[in-house]
Amino acid sequence: MRDLTSPAAWSLPPPERGRVRGGGVSPAWAAAVALTIALAALALPARAQEPTPSDDEVNAIAKGLYCPVCENVPLDVCPTQACAQWRETIREKLAAGWNQQQIQQYFVEQYGGRVLATPPPSGLNWLVYLLPPVAFVVAAYFLWRTMRRWAGARRPAPSPDAPTDDPYVARLEEELRRRS
Amino acid sequence: MVANIGFFALVLAFAASLYGAAAAAFGSLRRRPAFVESGRHAMLLTWPLVTVAAAAIITLLLTQQYQISYVAAVTSRAMPAYLKVTALWGGQPGSLVFWSWLMSAFATAASLRRWDRDRELLPWVVVVTMVTLAFFLMLVIFFENPFARLWQSIEGQQVTAMFAPAGATPLVPVDGNGLNPLLRHPGMVIHPPMLYLGFVSFVIPYAFAMAAMVTGRTDDRWIRVTRRWTLVAWLFLSLGLILGGRWAYDVLGWGGYWGWDPVEIAAFMPWLSGTAFLHSVMIQEKRGMLKRWNLVLIVLTYALVIFGTFLTRSGVLSSVHAFAQSAIGPLFFGFIGLTLIVSTGLLLHRWNDLRSENQLGSLLSRESLFLLNNLLFMGILIVCFWGVIFPLVSELFTGQKVTVGPPFYERATGPLWAGLLLLMGVAPLAAYGRTAARLLGRALWKPALAAAVVVGVLIARGMTSPAALIGYGLATLTAFVTLFEFARGAWARRVRHGEGLLLALWRMAGRNRRRYGGYIIHLGVVLMAFGIIGIEMFQTETQGTLAQGEQMTLGRYVVVYSSLAQFDTPDDRNVARAVLSVYRDGRYLGELHPRRDYYYASQQPMTIPGVRSTLEDDLYVILVGWEPIAAEGATFKIYHNPLVNFVWFGGIVFILGTLVAAWPERETEPAAARVRSAAAPARA
Repeated sequence: MRDLTSPAAWSLPPPERGRVRGGGVSPAWAAAVALTIALAALALPARAQEPTPSDDEVNAIAKGLYCPVCENVPLDVCPTQACAQWRETIREKLAAGWNQQQIQQYFVEQYGGRVLATPPPSGLNWLVYLLPPVAFVVAAYFLWRTMRRWAGARRPAPSPDAPTDDPYVARLEEELRRRS
Repeated sequence: MVANIGFFALVLAFAASLYGAAAAAFGSLRRRPAFVESGRHAMLLTWPLVTVAAAAIITLLLTQQYQISYVAAVTSRAMPAYLKVTALWGGQPGSLVFWSWLMSAFATAASLRRWDRDRELLPWVVVVTMVTLAFFLMLVIFFENPFARLWQSIEGQQVTAMFAPAGATPLVPVDGNGLNPLLRHPGMVIHPPMLYLGFVSFVIPYAFAMAAMVTGRTDDRWIRVTRRWTLVAWLFLSLGLILGGRWAYDVLGWGGYWGWDPVEIAAFMPWLSGTAFLHSVMIQEKRGMLKRWNLVLIVLTYALVIFGTFLTRSGVLSSVHAFAQSAIGPLFFGFIGLTLIVSTGLLLHRWNDLRSENQLGSLLSRESLFLLNNLLFMGILIVCFWGVIFPLVSELFTGQKVTVGPPFYERATGPLWAGLLLLMGVAPLAAYGRTAARLLGRALWKPALAAAVVVGVLIARGMTSPAALIGYGLATLTAFVTLFEFARGAWARRVRHGEGLLLALWRMAGRNRRRYGGYIIHLGVVLMAFGIIGIEMFQTETQGTLAQGEQMTLGRYVVVYSSLAQFDTPDDRNVARAVLSVYRDGRYLGELHPRRDYYYASQQPMTIPGVRSTLEDDLYVILVGWEPIAAEGATFKIYHNPLVNFVWFGGIVFILGTLVAAWPERETEPAAARVRSAAAPARA
């Protein structure tokens, strides 16, 4: 339920109204396309090559990063233009031989700790990691003590073999016993 | 005119709710039945009045009255009529009216049915529901008015106000912005109402709980009266969450259904406390224990419902500044705070009357396992609440913003979910009062062995992840225990009555809908767990840019890019739609059509994945981008989502189980008598 609606800048320029593609193409466009293809054919082998580093390598790192604008949307799936640029930055850094930690550190230095998926464990941030387990352990201890107190207060006779909380089940049990 | 009628109806409803609360409280305290009756009548007025207001909004939306600010914000001419109607809950003001409408309807329904039987509780139910309603109506009237119009001030600025500011002229836009495209999905059309139904239904058990504390009826009457309300509330909340997940999967285009977003968690938290409540009330009903704890849980659930309502539409928790600037943020928090103070005060006032009637028989008993269940649910709740709140805390104290993302929640709640799965397997076999470990072990060893065999098979087939193996082991244990419980009961009936197995199953579940409905819910959870573990642990993905005719491989799948077309649609969208051929193990499976829709009016794109679904897995393809000039190049992201359909399939089973549990049972007294008479000859 992420809200992808707020940022105005998207990775693709907004289409122009009424333009239809795949159908009629103007001669100027056709010439431009032909020229591009011809140039590409000269420059590249027949099959397009994977960019180096690959999208998957970039996404593996982008998955753990969040840009400050698109809250709660990981960088690898964010469709905004700003995030596309960040991904290109990751690609450049990877190409320059940086590792994941160095790249993360670079973004933290540029934009602060909030780019990381979880708060960096320092200072007040320790609280985010410590409070839930401490609360859980305290609650568990409290529960344990309460249960001990309750159980120690009075020990009723053990109940029969199986739950007999309602008459219907009691009857089921009875029938099972007689059968065996 | 319509707007004025609607606004006037809201003001009247606000006055009626305030009067209703005051009169009912006064009448009950001073023992003046006439005032109580008058308060009830005022309450009965609120529903028709809010209905008029809601109908007025729908009329304005349908008749395209764009001078109304809300209409301009959430609809546009190109939208079909059904979306215009559902735009009622497409923005904050309309959502609040919708919430109020449900609240007044449920308050009316609750009082109509039980007015004679629970005469002393109901005045306070009126008070609590009407105070809640008055709070929401106050927000609508003073801060989020859906009937406010657009004006042009003398200085030429656009102003939003109900009535004309001095010298201002009406401003009538030609067209509206249109509903957020992300919300134009069938899942989104019903998902918010389901969540709201769940939210609002939980107010009723809370109202009865408060009434019980005010009047000193500290027995389990309030729980018995509201049992079905609670189940229905929980049903709708569950349905809302599942539909929300499906919507995210279909529309948001990131390959998943749950992203631990604060808005998701806001809807999830009341579900967590509500689930704990549903389990622990059974202990109070059966054993007269946990009275205080159940009250704490229902108060907590109510507070989380209000918190969730606030969060889901406002988004102000994203920063301290957004919160401080929003008019309704502090009000919501003030209201939640007040609720907690009053509820806690009442609870302390009745503390001694709420003593347990029974003691815990043993540390190993159904009760203690239920307590453990509550502890785990509360643990998950703490993680969720703290995760949502922490960015604000951090910003407040250090000025630094932080992100608390999915890895935090997954790591922190993973072991707790595993614990819950284990409990789901063990608790149904434990007896109330006291269970001998030996007997529990005897009941458990067969299902445990079967689960161990399953884990062994998974290891043999190459699964190495310890977390996945533990998860699947616990899930299959629960599945076997639950199925065994069904089989045992049905077999006993078959032997005794000579019924066919299916008929025996049907009749057995019909006789004890709550128990067997609960078991069906557990089976639903197990199925969902299969799916969740599958996608969380074994999802794979790849991304690449393809020229026409080129291919990309992910696992056993090969995807070939055929073509891409870009065109305008009559409903004011620009669609870029790719055609891909999918092969698996060299066999042609069909075409997929991932697309990107661009909405001109709201200037928003929307990514619709192309999905090939089987029970085993989903192949989920997103169109990430394409070359605007040459149609040849396009970038795709492909996800392989193993077992994800078990999430939806399990969700359906889950909902069916809840329906079984919530279905009204026949009177219990004659059934008990039948059991006694049937058991008598056996003893003789």
